[in-house]
Amino acid sequence: MSATTPDAFETPVTSRSERVRKALVGTAPIFIVLFILLALIAIENPNFLEPPGFLAFLKRAAPLAILAAGQYFVIVSGEFDLSVGSIVTVVVVVAARLIDDDPSKTWPIIALLLGIGATVGVTNGLITTRLKVPSFITTLGMLLILSGAVFWWTGGAPRGALPDNFREIGRLGIQDFPVLEQLPWSVVILLVIGIGAIVLMRASFGRRLMAVGDNESAARLSGVKVENMRTIAFVLSGLSAAVAGILLGGFAGVSAQVGQGLEFQAITAVVLGGVVLGGGRGTVLAAMAGALTLEALFTLLNLYGVSGALEDTVQGIIIIAAVAFASYRLRGAR
Amino acid sequence: MSVSEPTKAAGTGGGDAPTTPRRRSAWDDRKEAITNSPATPVYAALLGVFIIAWIVVTIDGGTFLTVSNIVNMLQRSVALGIVSAGQTVAILAGSLDLSVAFLISLSSLVTAEVMDGSDANIVPAVLAVLALGVVVGLGNGLIITKLRVNAFIATLGTALILQGLIQNRYDGPAGSIGDGFEQLGYTRFGIIPASVFLLVAVVALVYFLLRWTRFGFRLYAVGGDEEVSRLSGVRTHRVIIAAHVVCSVCAAITGLFLASRLGAGTPTVGTDGGYDLESIAAVVLGGTALAGGRGGVLGTIGGVFILAVLDNTFNQLEVNAFLKDVVRGVIIIAAVAVYARRSERRA
Amino acid sequence: MAPLLAMKDIRKSFLGVEVLHGVSLECEAGEIHAVMGENGAGKSTLMKVLAGVYSPDGGTIELEGEQVSFSHPVQAQGAGVAIIFQEFNLLPDRTVAENVFVNREPTKRGLVDIRAMEQHTRELLEEVGVTHFGPRTLVRHLSTAQQQIVEIVKALSLDAKLLVLDEPTAALAEHEVEVLFTLLRRLRERGLGMVYISHRLREIFTICDKITVLKDGELVGTVPTEGTDTNTLISMMVGRELDGYFPPRGTAEELGDVRLRATGIETSMLTGVDIEVRAGEIVGLAGLQGSGRTELARALFGADPISAGTIEVDGKKRGRGPRAGIGSGMCFITEDRKLEGLTLAQPIRDNVLLAVRSLGRSQRKRLPNTVSVQELARSVELKARSLEQEARFLSGGNQQKVVLAKWLATQPGVLIFDEPTRGVDVGAKAGIHDLMRGLARDGVAILMISSEMPELIGLADRILVMRNGELAGELPAGAAETEIMKLAAAEDHELEAA
Repeated sequence: MSATTPDAFETPVTSRSERVRKALVGTAPIFIVLFILLALIAIENPNFLEPPGFLAFLKRAAPLAILAAGQYFVIVSGEFDLSVGSIVTVVVVVAARLIDDDPSKTWPIIALLLGIGATVGVTNGLITTRLKVPSFITTLGMLLILSGAVFWWTGGAPRGALPDNFREIGRLGIQDFPVLEQLPWSVVILLVIGIGAIVLMRASFGRRLMAVGDNESAARLSGVKVENMRTIAFVLSGLSAAVAGILLGGFAGVSAQVGQGLEFQAITAVVLGGVVLGGGRGTVLAAMAGALTLEALFTLLNLYGVSGALEDTVQGIIIIAAVAFASYRLRGAR
Repeated sequence: MSVSEPTKAAGTGGGDAPTTPRRRSAWDDRKEAITNSPATPVYAALLGVFIIAWIVVTIDGGTFLTVSNIVNMLQRSVALGIVSAGQTVAILAGSLDLSVAFLISLSSLVTAEVMDGSDANIVPAVLAVLALGVVVGLGNGLIITKLRVNAFIATLGTALILQGLIQNRYDGPAGSIGDGFEQLGYTRFGIIPASVFLLVAVVALVYFLLRWTRFGFRLYAVGGDEEVSRLSGVRTHRVIIAAHVVCSVCAAITGLFLASRLGAGTPTVGTDGGYDLESIAAVVLGGTALAGGRGGVLGTIGGVFILAVLDNTFNQLEVNAFLKDVVRGVIIIAAVAVYARRSERRA
Repeated sequence: MAPLLAMKDIRKSFLGVEVLHGVSLECEAGEIHAVMGENGAGKSTLMKVLAGVYSPDGGTIELEGEQVSFSHPVQAQGAGVAIIFQEFNLLPDRTVAENVFVNREPTKRGLVDIRAMEQHTRELLEEVGVTHFGPRTLVRHLSTAQQQIVEIVKALSLDAKLLVLDEPTAALAEHEVEVLFTLLRRLRERGLGMVYISHRLREIFTICDKITVLKDGELVGTVPTEGTDTNTLISMMVGRELDGYFPPRGTAEELGDVRLRATGIETSMLTGVDIEVRAGEIVGLAGLQGSGRTELARALFGADPISAGTIEVDGKKRGRGPRAGIGSGMCFITEDRKLEGLTLAQPIRDNVLLAVRSLGRSQRKRLPNTVSVQELARSVELKARSLEQEARFLSGGNQQKVVLAKWLATQPGVLIFDEPTRGVDVGAKAGIHDLMRGLARDGVAILMISSEMPELIGLADRILVMRNGELAGELPAGAAETEIMKLAAAEDHELEAA
């Protein structure tokens, strides 16, 4: 532990620029990687530099980035949420079946879907904090329950259809936008959620959540309601999954596989962004940047002609390498 | 880890009036070993579940307590039983393995491809699959111990790596099994299928490993308290790596077996069966603590049987397959919650 | 003939600070040798050097005349040195035999010879006179005293020649101590040498042959038990020049109402403790390790539940749990700031605001004024590059100030401070003392747990001494160290004789 006491008595100074600098330095590594990957994509495919090309990429990456934001809250408090992929599937399937091509039902059902996401989150949170079940078991079990339940309900194959006004959320956007021609709704939603998440993390809630992940007993002794914080984190994750599901329903269409593997992608994204498993470190901006980086990597591999199936392998290597690297860095730190 | 607090409640510490503790005889210890063995409540629960299932199915009009049905349940326990035996070893070490499902799929594919329809290739196929198990187990073990990645992430990463490799190379069933080998899945000795003997052999081997070898003793030590073991000189990393090798080899054997049942290797046989979560469920139901150091493979097999009885009941009642998933998920969470409670009360 | 153990001139430093300044110790075979000293005197460190947990920076260790050096506890075990810590190194879900022979399981034809293992264990248990449990008993089912015996048996199975016992009777009941002593006498007859770390004078006089006293990392002296008495030992353990500046104390008139009143506090360790702290007072709480000071602090704050007793803050009974404690105006600065006081990876600012952010709305309304982090940092004279610096980069003294600032933000009425200047350098110590006196003058009631005699004597308005889970007595400000130590270490009947 180094002592950095200056010679003279100094009143601690803090400035906005200091804080901004710190935030950037903390997330710099992932942004550099992201930048390099985007540059490589642009080299392979010059269209990427045009607004439509770049926005198409963002549109594709938005759901994952939103999932990463939600997963970030859970991971930074020291837990895991493996149920988000199945929440996405549930949301898509339930939307299709209930709305059934009737545009008037879209908005009420969307409210219901968000409610589902939140409810699953609360359940995950309560089981993990009150019943003391390790979160990866809780959420893995929830994954089974949700996928089983939704298919039981639909009888195996998703039925119904999503009306245009629903699908537009994931597909279209604000038309006749200056310079960009079309600003996709998913990008707007991504920005709103992103900014919201950043603000939330800077607020009292976010700071306390970080404390819970950093040192649970210190947080508890300082009066933090640890169990409630973690439950709220799960709720945020569930909500983010619901939103991602709404976007994906429009973007990718209705299918039984829409959510498959998304939870692992979300965790990979968060870990890639430098957020430490076990909690207490990392920023939500970095987690979302991790999601963009992962999507960029897959896009690049695609452009290079690497088989899509190997995406999983790449992901597996990344997740191990990122956690190993973080573990290596941590051992010097405390 | 302080061992002092828990046993204060045992009644002999503290207090002014000297209470002579009741003398523990060897019989006390042996009785203790049976009544407090983690496996006993499992088999009691199995009996209970069995009876309830019998009642329910009979009321519904089906046949439960017939030889063929029981043999059917046994048959269906083989695959899960073999992989769960391996998972028991990993969890006892304080670790866990989420890559088993994909390893099972890959093993079935490798078996079928190497065998290529000819019985003459049985030995090379078996060797190849066992080698695959060892390699994956080593990989998991090394990532966890040397790279200091936690078991959940490490084996998840391996699962993803394997998934990608499988999807990349295989679209559907591949290879073919020699006729003779295929018989393994269907032969019977009297009424008992040959596969059950395979299960018994694997379980016996794992039991032997745990109970009679130094590795087994040290496995329990490391799972119980890694630091205490390390201070006593145990090479904890080697033990954990070996545990993962055992687990992966069992998964590989499961793939081998499933290939013989299906006549070919398939890329989804592992995930279709949900072997990752189910094996963990069986281990937890069987009384092995998720934290490690306590439990055993006999309990796990009890857990496997419980799941088999439930599965059979649902099939007989023609319960929707998806509802089964829901029930499975609930069971897993409930089992861990109940056991978490129990160990918290003891500790 | 060379003694069984000869430690010569042992030096040890941590992070540049020397904690053992050339200590020497000898122990013969067939001797039970006590090592005494106050908290922090260096007893544990010396034993850990012997056991191979630490390697010495200077000096030598000789066993039966031969020089040895250990870099891992297993090596020490191999050479015949076994140390039994207060926190046992046992596996609770394994049997006694499995614990004794961990990593050394006997084999027959490649397989573990369970029968031989149990037989050996049974023989060892018989040798030490154990009748109440056997080799197959799970360690989890044994009492603390029994587990301790298992540790001793384990050491014996390793052919230990020298046994080191670190506060062996801390968790034992009266009759269990007797059982242990019978065992130790038996071992002594067998020719084992034993080093017995303790501060319990009565026991030391009962069973030990020689006594070595350490103080501030130095050897004060070694005396045979026969020719010495309580007073001599106590004056060897303490008695230093009271140097250093302490802020002037308040007068009796400046004391306000009772802000913290606790009566009949009982927990698993405490037996009926009564305590009162007034506004403007700094009450020192002294006692040796294991006397129950931290337990009392945690019980008062609400970090641990109490089985009996009432706690009132400013006249009102307080609810359960830390949040209720904070809500009623209490705060608790723990012994180990890194483990329980700070979130090390977070910036100073977030550490300081943590408690205040956790307050409920009604609790926050109670705060008379809102203070900024800047002002708080200034009031504790925090020295750091900026408020964004992560807490882990600060020096010990500044980390302690961050914790203090955190609690000051909640504008507490009662402050419980456990070891305020542990691990803090001299300069920062004075600063913290000044802060504490300043707070007291502002009307805060302060309960200060301390193992540092100068601090207790110099800073506290009165000194309460705890022993064995109860209050042994009270001393006025400026009391002599020997007085404090007598209350902390000696039994009543010994004091009467003195």
